[in-house]
Amino acid sequence: MIQNGAQNAAGLRARAESQAATLPPLLARAEHLAGAVLLGDHGRRRAGMGDDFWQYRPAQVGDSRRMIDHRRSAMGDQQFVREREWQIAQSVMLWCDQGASMRFASTDALPTKADRARTLTLAAAILLIRAGERVGLTGTRLPPRRGKDQILRLADMLSQDQDIEYEPPEHRAMLPNAAALFVSDFMGDISGVQTALTKAADRGVRGTLLHVLDPSEEAFPFRGRTIFESVGGTVQHETLKANDLKDRYLQRLAERKAELQSLCALTGWQYGLHHTDSSAQAGLLWLYQALNGGVRV
Amino acid sequence: MTIFGVGFAAPWLLVALAALPILWLLLRAVPPAPIKRQFPGVALLLGLKDDETVSDRTPWWLLLLRMLAVAAIIVGLAQPVLNPEDPSATTNGPLLIVLDGSWAGAAGHTQRMNSVQSEMSRASAAGQTVAVLQLSNPADLLFLPAATWATRLAGLPPRPWQPSAENVSKATQIIADADASSSLWFSDGLEYGGRDTVLEALETVGPLQVFQSGRETLALTPASYIDGAIDLTVERSGATQARDVIVLAQGRDPAGNGATLATATASFDAGQTSTDVALVLPSELRARITRFEIQGTRSAGATTLVDDGLRRREVALVSAREGREGLELLSPLHFLKQALEPTADLIEGALSDVLPANPDVIVLADVATLSERETDALLAWIETGGMLLRFAGPRVAASDVSRVEEHPLMPVRLRSGGRSVGGAMSWGEPKSVAAFADTSPFFGLSIPDDVVVRSQVVAQPDPTLANRVIAELSDGTPLVTRKVIDQGQIVLFHVTANAEWSTLPLSGLFVEMLERLSISSSARLPDAEDLNGTTWTPLQVMNGFGILRDAGAMPGVAGPELIDGATRPDLLPGLYQSRERSLARNVLQTGAVLTPAMWPARIPVSGLTVRPPQPLGGMLLALALVLLLLDIVASLALSGRLLGQSARATLTMLALGVMLTHPDATRAQDAIDTGAAAEVVLANVITGNAKVDDVAYAGLLGLTDTLYFRTSIEPAPPTSINLETDELAFYPLLYWPITPEQPTPSVEAYAKLNAYLRSGGLILFDTRDANIAGFGAASPNGRKLQALAGPLDIPALEPLPRDHVLTRTFYLLQDFPGRHNSRDVWVEASPNAEQIEGMPFRNLNDGVTPVIIGGNDWAGAWAITSSGGPMLPVGRGFSGERQRELANRFGVNLVMHVLTGNYKSDQVHVPELLERLSQ
Repeated sequence: MIQNGAQNAAGLRARAESQAATLPPLLARAEHLAGAVLLGDHGRRRAGMGDDFWQYRPAQVGDSRRMIDHRRSAMGDQQFVREREWQIAQSVMLWCDQGASMRFASTDALPTKADRARTLTLAAAILLIRAGERVGLTGTRLPPRRGKDQILRLADMLSQDQDIEYEPPEHRAMLPNAAALFVSDFMGDISGVQTALTKAADRGVRGTLLHVLDPSEEAFPFRGRTIFESVGGTVQHETLKANDLKDRYLQRLAERKAELQSLCALTGWQYGLHHTDSSAQAGLLWLYQALNGGVRV
Repeated sequence: MTIFGVGFAAPWLLVALAALPILWLLLRAVPPAPIKRQFPGVALLLGLKDDETVSDRTPWWLLLLRMLAVAAIIVGLAQPVLNPEDPSATTNGPLLIVLDGSWAGAAGHTQRMNSVQSEMSRASAAGQTVAVLQLSNPADLLFLPAATWATRLAGLPPRPWQPSAENVSKATQIIADADASSSLWFSDGLEYGGRDTVLEALETVGPLQVFQSGRETLALTPASYIDGAIDLTVERSGATQARDVIVLAQGRDPAGNGATLATATASFDAGQTSTDVALVLPSELRARITRFEIQGTRSAGATTLVDDGLRRREVALVSAREGREGLELLSPLHFLKQALEPTADLIEGALSDVLPANPDVIVLADVATLSERETDALLAWIETGGMLLRFAGPRVAASDVSRVEEHPLMPVRLRSGGRSVGGAMSWGEPKSVAAFADTSPFFGLSIPDDVVVRSQVVAQPDPTLANRVIAELSDGTPLVTRKVIDQGQIVLFHVTANAEWSTLPLSGLFVEMLERLSISSSARLPDAEDLNGTTWTPLQVMNGFGILRDAGAMPGVAGPELIDGATRPDLLPGLYQSRERSLARNVLQTGAVLTPAMWPARIPVSGLTVRPPQPLGGMLLALALVLLLLDIVASLALSGRLLGQSARATLTMLALGVMLTHPDATRAQDAIDTGAAAEVVLANVITGNAKVDDVAYAGLLGLTDTLYFRTSIEPAPPTSINLETDELAFYPLLYWPITPEQPTPSVEAYAKLNAYLRSGGLILFDTRDANIAGFGAASPNGRKLQALAGPLDIPALEPLPRDHVLTRTFYLLQDFPGRHNSRDVWVEASPNAEQIEGMPFRNLNDGVTPVIIGGNDWAGAWAITSSGGPMLPVGRGFSGERQRELANRFGVNLVMHVLTGNYKSDQVHVPELLERLSQ
């Protein structure tokens, strides 16, 4: 079992790497530790530790000689020092639904929702880590860290299935003012999501909800006498005419989506919908934009 | 109990049918079983109620299906029987069943035996014992219970003969001795000698009933050859109405398996008992026919075997000079071989070698003089039935044969020199062939318009000439003449057997003419007198059904008997052999007539229809099973479980797969070949070294461009060819760069290369090493070249001489540089290296050397990039460009040389010719 799990983890990482390979490294939107001021993409807008060029300033007394930028200084008589922008890493907390309801695919040709959700989560994590961010899971199991080893640990954690039918979002141990990404089908009780999001908003955590659905869950293509059963087998519902239920089911689904969207609007989160029959790349692109500063849907 | 002619063994079971309406009500109320589906969205469904709580009804047609199934089971179990036995009484006492048992009964044999069976079971029901007498093979009677006889009926097959007088007298004796009380006679429907006697004998025994099928008997008489067509006569016994009979020609296909080679339809008008059908077949097919049959009739009479008459003839080809290799289209025998190969066995060799083989035909193509001994031997051979076919030609025209007096081996006297019409140096149009006279063996052949004669030898007018001409030109000049000597004949075509003098050998007419001539030389059908004193042993014999089997150790038959006698147990139809001749003996002889058997009015005659009791229970139960299976399928379909998503996808994939996994590789190859054949295409040999191959291809591309700009040769883009897989014949020139590591071609590839070299191809070997080692074994490329060229059929070589035609086919060159500038280039050595005065150029092998070997890396100098600039540097500065220019000029000369052959070397004679003309 352990070996099998390790293989799964390695496979998941390989798929996620291939999804992430085509995007440039991502700089997550930085919310600064103290201030609630949103400054945009360019770090702290002041000189400090970092990689990117910030400005040339005249050399002052006290600057050591090796700080002088000779290329710039050779243009004139004055000596200049090259300064870099102060950049700070952001913590991003991930949560991916591991419940039984995610292990569902309507046809063999489609990946399961869990598979797609994990791939997207890990791909986003890889992008974030490449951009130098610290990434971890919500809860206490895997606190945010940086570095490539964290990808391995994430992949390992993400491939562990839970027996529970509909897993409520994990909202414990969220770092204040960090960013968060929740990926799930949100089929379970909405109150868990509500709790998690309000708690996150209390702590100043901004984030993204990614709603992953199977096409059959959107279309409800069933007819005749049918017993619907959840993947874990704990919930059952029998009907004699499944086609009669279609409209009412779709209405409930729309309500669920509306609820999630209003919740996001309240807490300043972003809501995204992804279907397993569309490409993972499209989902990742959306995530990239959402994490990188927000999209207006 | 019987209802509507159907009896029931257990009629009370039918009461259960009354329960069907109750079943209807029950089945109707059961809703379909639910399907269990996994669905995560079930959380959203909780609490939703169905609007309708009424159960879904089973559709009426499914109910009907189930009801039918149940009804079929009930009726089936009641054991219904069609045509139940009608226990009507007949006379008691032993029953005698008489069978004709001749070949005429083979067609309806199964039906007749069924009829006999049914009569026997009737007799056994009545408690009679039975005896069976086959008139064609009478044996002592055995009165046995019918069940015993039923197993013995298989031992009474139809015989391939009619009851003979001997059979009849023996049968009459047996009938008279038998103590039967009634008799049945199953007649085959044909009249034969002694039938009345048997009839009388049977009538004295007791009541007689005759069974005779209403169908008429069909038979084929032996095939004969008349005027190039196979003539078959179909006979029939009745003459009531018009009908078509299909005759099949059976034989072996080229793989040696039995096959129907041709079919013909013989039409009988009403009242006609005999009709002819002519079958015109290509002789290649005809030679493979082994027998003719009437479709749908399986009997010895409806089968006629074919013997020597259609066998392949042996033709010996003799020509004066051996055709040089590589000049096949100019060989005087080429077209003859092409024309005769499918239909005849060809022998080639000198006259003295082929004569002892005693061929049917000897062809002398442009052979003028023969030695005295050869002439005598040939004459003796012709007198015994040989056919000598001669063709004229430059040698015959130039010789004095049959000039002053007629040569014994020539049908006519010839004028000296012959004539040529419509050539470049003569007046008039080429002559066409006149329509064939009705006395000519060629009569009836259509003459294509494009057959013209440009040159011929001309016959001297003679008193006998008119009788000997069998084909003439439009101006009345004899084209083909023939002389008959004893049993043989001599035929002379006044033109060559190749296309030099006329287009006749290129046309289909030539093949047809040869065919007519060969046919008339075939073995004639023998008659009884011819076979006096011979004994024929059977090889294969036919049974009554017309099926051949090995004769084994059957005794031989005297010749006249074989021709004239009727078939009987010791003279079976089949194939007979005597020495090297073989003869087919068929049941019917030519001219035989089938007479239907007529019965006196007092004898009751009935057909052979049988209506045995037929139990229907099994059928009905099977029907019920099928209905229930349908019910399963329909139920699954109704509940949506017949085809899941995955199954549907699989089916689609399968269908797509079948369509896609059919790559038409041969067609793709054909397309390439067609392109290469339609244009001049240069080709390089793939060595496996990508860099060398790229440079070679780019070099040929550059050469192609150069040719296109400078000369009238406009080649298509070059190709790279794989020696193992590609056809070489389309490429005039192969450029073969040598790399030390390239693989050695397979044996098949070498065979292809040798054929390519022999048929005028040229391979340019390039060691690309500036020949630093002088083609010794010192350089790796040189060693590889030696290894590669070892199995090739390369003639002796010499360094390219200064007067070689390559030096002046387009540019005047003395150097042949590529990227390197080495003078050593090797070509085929001249066989007689003496330089003739005033004739500086060589005249070899149509001027084209099969190989050119050098090491100057020509492709490197020719190579251009895709933008048209040179790919590789040559030399330094201006002199380098000069060297590249010379390399291009060598390429132009080379391709010119390959394409024009000796034309360019012949150009040197032009001043000489002009000078002569002006004199």
